[in-house]
Amino acid sequence: MNAIKNRVMRGGYGSFVILAFILIVAFPLLMDIFRLNLVGKYLTYGFVAIGLVMLWGYGGVLSLGQGVFFGLGGYAMAMFLKLEASDPVSTAIQSTPGIPDFMDWNQLTELPAWWLPFKSLPLTLIAVIAIPTLLAFIISYAMFKRRVGGVYFAIITQAVALILTVLIIGQQGYTGGVNGMTDLKTLMGWDIRTDSAKYILYFINVGLLLGSIALCRWIQLSKLGTLLLAMRDKEDRVRFSGYDVSMFKVFAFCLAAALSAIGGAMFTLQVGFMSPSFVGIVPSIEMVIFAAIGGRMSLIGAVYGTLLVNFGKTYFSESFPDLWLFLMSALFISVVMVFPNGLAGLYESHVKPRLVRRKSGSGPAKSIETPPKPAATPSTPASDIGLGAKVSNQSA
Amino acid sequence: MSSKSDQSKMSLDRRRLLQGLAALPLVSMSGLSFGQAFPTTKVNTTGLAITDTEVTVGQLHSATGTMAISETGSIQAEQLAIDEINAMGGILGRKIKVIKEDGASDWPTFAEKSRKLLVNDKVATVFGCWTSASRKAVLPIFEKENGLLYYPTFYEGLEQSKNVIYTGQEATQQIIWGLDWAQKEKGAKKFFLVGSDYIWPRTSMKIARKHIENFQKGSVVGEEYYPLGNTNFNSLINKIKIAKPDCIFCAVVGGSNVAFYKQLKAAGITANKQFLLTLSVTEDEMLGIGGENFEGFYASMKYFQSLENDNNKKFVAAFKAKYGPKAVIGDVTQAAYLGPWLWKAAVEKAGSFDVDKVVAASPGIELKTAPEGYVKIHENHHLWSKTRIGMGQADGQFKVVAESPELIEPNPFPKGYQ
Amino acid sequence: MTFDEIYNIALMQGFAGLSLFAVLLLMGLGLAIIFGQMGVINMAHGEFMTIGAYTIFLFSSLTESLAPGLIQVYFPIAIVCAFLIAFAFGWLAEWALIRHLYKRPLDTLLATWGLSLGMQQLFRSTFGPKEVSPTLPDWLMGSWAPTEGLDIPINGMFVLALTVVVTGGVLLALYKSRWGLRVRATVANRTMANAIGINTTRTDRLTFAIGCGVAGVAGAAFTTIGSTGPTSGSLYIVDAFLVVTFGGAASLWGTVVSAFGIAQTQSISEFFLSGSNAKVLTLLMIVTILMLRPQGLFAAKVRR
Repeated sequence: MNAIKNRVMRGGYGSFVILAFILIVAFPLLMDIFRLNLVGKYLTYGFVAIGLVMLWGYGGVLSLGQGVFFGLGGYAMAMFLKLEASDPVSTAIQSTPGIPDFMDWNQLTELPAWWLPFKSLPLTLIAVIAIPTLLAFIISYAMFKRRVGGVYFAIITQAVALILTVLIIGQQGYTGGVNGMTDLKTLMGWDIRTDSAKYILYFINVGLLLGSIALCRWIQLSKLGTLLLAMRDKEDRVRFSGYDVSMFKVFAFCLAAALSAIGGAMFTLQVGFMSPSFVGIVPSIEMVIFAAIGGRMSLIGAVYGTLLVNFGKTYFSESFPDLWLFLMSALFISVVMVFPNGLAGLYESHVKPRLVRRKSGSGPAKSIETPPKPAATPSTPASDIGLGAKVSNQSA
Repeated sequence: MSSKSDQSKMSLDRRRLLQGLAALPLVSMSGLSFGQAFPTTKVNTTGLAITDTEVTVGQLHSATGTMAISETGSIQAEQLAIDEINAMGGILGRKIKVIKEDGASDWPTFAEKSRKLLVNDKVATVFGCWTSASRKAVLPIFEKENGLLYYPTFYEGLEQSKNVIYTGQEATQQIIWGLDWAQKEKGAKKFFLVGSDYIWPRTSMKIARKHIENFQKGSVVGEEYYPLGNTNFNSLINKIKIAKPDCIFCAVVGGSNVAFYKQLKAAGITANKQFLLTLSVTEDEMLGIGGENFEGFYASMKYFQSLENDNNKKFVAAFKAKYGPKAVIGDVTQAAYLGPWLWKAAVEKAGSFDVDKVVAASPGIELKTAPEGYVKIHENHHLWSKTRIGMGQADGQFKVVAESPELIEPNPFPKGYQ
Repeated sequence: MTFDEIYNIALMQGFAGLSLFAVLLLMGLGLAIIFGQMGVINMAHGEFMTIGAYTIFLFSSLTESLAPGLIQVYFPIAIVCAFLIAFAFGWLAEWALIRHLYKRPLDTLLATWGLSLGMQQLFRSTFGPKEVSPTLPDWLMGSWAPTEGLDIPINGMFVLALTVVVTGGVLLALYKSRWGLRVRATVANRTMANAIGINTTRTDRLTFAIGCGVAGVAGAAFTTIGSTGPTSGSLYIVDAFLVVTFGGAASLWGTVVSAFGIAQTQSISEFFLSGSNAKVLTLLMIVTILMLRPQGLFAAKVRR
């Protein structure tokens, strides 16, 4: 355990600083506001990806429903913005002015009571974090207390994503239905659609993301992080040592949910709308692949993975939409089959040894161990459930 | 209202006069001389992607994902129109260059791509979107960046934007005349309304219900919405059997559509026993439903492939020559085909590609070469158009059985229907 | 409304519930076989169903152009072929992908999801983005009307019968055949099964392929009630997952009971509520029960 911890302590700051430099200095200098806004949008998925690193890489719990929390955070923010955009003057054409347009289209004549808290920004900001976290707590508490985990937990999170999508689409008078909430304009009178606002939002987003990475790093380095890892590898031993394993998992799940929700809220602010298409299964799984490609054990890698996949998507879908789907498919399969530790794993096993060697002259490259192949346990797959990927490779 | 319909009569008369002139050669004869007559600095004062020989436009539809089923026709029709315009020498002496973007059936992607087209590529106009959701997602961007969108789908109305030209019908155009026909010709008094659960069917049914109850003095004996993608309609069919409506009036879309008609037929509800009028089955949907499952039911649309007129014969022939003899053309496909032509006419009237000038020139633009007959852009950016009733045939085509005598005025914010 | 009418509607509504049950069971079955035996969730399940649907389309087009006289009889043969083709693709997928991932069951989710993306695009490139409509034999269309006012859908009866046959076949195979014996031995204790000479690798591959084959049959059967297009699979996959999750995923009986429960809840509530509300009610019921009993209705008796 100590060895792991030492390795974690080493390095880490360097790559964090590099990432911060790229996001804060390089991108804004190199890109026009259109591309920068796109990067800002991608980075909101980065919140989900680092949440997944904590939950999946460290906790060994795979959630295929992170879109739920991303969406809830985004919707909470969107509700506030929508109310602000629906003042009686600009909605004068409606039969009931002063309520959001989609309510009017669905013959609602007054604002539902549960919308009222979203007239206040502080309450909205609390809701952005609190609602998804609470939902995450309820789901995960019910599951983990009964020791439901692994693949089965993953498909339950999927079911939740599905159910929420159907609810949002079905209750269109209250949620905007399949259209989502569109045409969001101002935040406390501040026009979020202008270029200057986009710059400011981008930097807020980057600040929050770097802060989240630092927070997760801190958790990883604390005893809690060590326990999460231990639990992922041998849950029973941790349990027999007297720890309440399920509560650690609940914590990891809630943390990932809260991070996703922040991402969702930032998405709404930067893109100007929220739609149920983020809540469903497809985006949730795509977000898992961001983390997987970056390296499921690496917070920084997850951010790079997110950027890489999304740049790829934008670039390829502009020129070859058909090819993109095949490529995406190949990416999924190869990241699972060939390099399960993602970009960070490749860096650890190929690039870093060389760097180290150059630095220390003829230092033994062996000191950095290549990620061991998942141990082959001759047990039934069923008993393997919950262990997830058995990789003990560390990087930050 | 009455003065408006007088107007439409007048324009009809004028159409007859002008028909002899056969508009086409008028535009095509000029060719290269436009290039000198319209220097780029004059026709493009807002920095759009226009050179002396080329004008760049965007095309934004779903080539992948669930909506590719529907949007493929629009992509093809717009491409056909652009090719034809280029073959005639282009617009103001400039060939049209298309940047194709894939919305991937995902509304946020539509938003991202539309911003890319407008901000990055500086396209002169965009032809695109299909679902209401995708249009709602891109609308604020078009308004903010002052772009221009030609939107082909029949839709729910309740919208009018300076930056959008709606080439499909809005709800009242499609619904009201169809309902009146159902009452007059089929004696329908009791209606059962069925739709997929989203904004377009809900708004359409709201308009239908008001019209049936307040104007036709008929009754609505049932109103049901099913989630998008629902594939099981047996319980609904039993409810219809209990209600015994004169007319099933429906707006079911997507994969649900196929399941709905297959299950109707399997439950013994066929055209010889039951009158059914739909807003959402075009020749494109018939490919999936299968003609034998829709035979004898009716659809209310502004265009059917089997429409008898010279414009349409030419259009169908050109479409099949380009996309194969099995290609079919639905209402939206035809509306998408109108987009580039309407834009061309507006640009030439304005003598400029500037969005503001094109928008200002758009109201009143007529298209006599439209496959659906004659259309004209209204002040509210929708099209005056006729509504037709088609009866489904076993081969997947429609037989046009009725046609509104006048052009119907678009009325996206109908009074008394909200 | 006369008594006769009420009686007829009740009969038809009862059948509606029953046929929904058959549909749900048939689509969940392949998924349940694979998950119960191998702990692998096959996210490409919907696409294997689409393989079945396109097989029917291919057969109907071929029959129409080559031997129009056989249009009444091609359907059963095509269903068998749908099974075989989906089986072959499943075998291939297991060999190329799944077998490398048994130690990492969570990763199979991602790999099969990637597979499903590729397959969807493959369908689109091969058959075009638009939907197609296979020509079905006349005897499968329309309704059986024993008395006036009573219409029992023939395609519904067909799917019901097929479901009974397939489910029965799978259960029989699982509990009476050597393959079933091997499967059960492997589930119970993989190491021991290996030790006594059961080729568990082969058993796994066969099981995966059979699961995919059953999906192919389901997709083929659903051409009678639904659409055939590149993304048709996504219409069913969602419900299939719910059925399997709700049933407890580890036992076939769980899947049967869960399909029955969901079908009846939905069908009855659809009759008394509006369609969308019925769906919400059904989903809320599933969530509530899953919260109280997260391991599903019939939990595996395996220690985790």
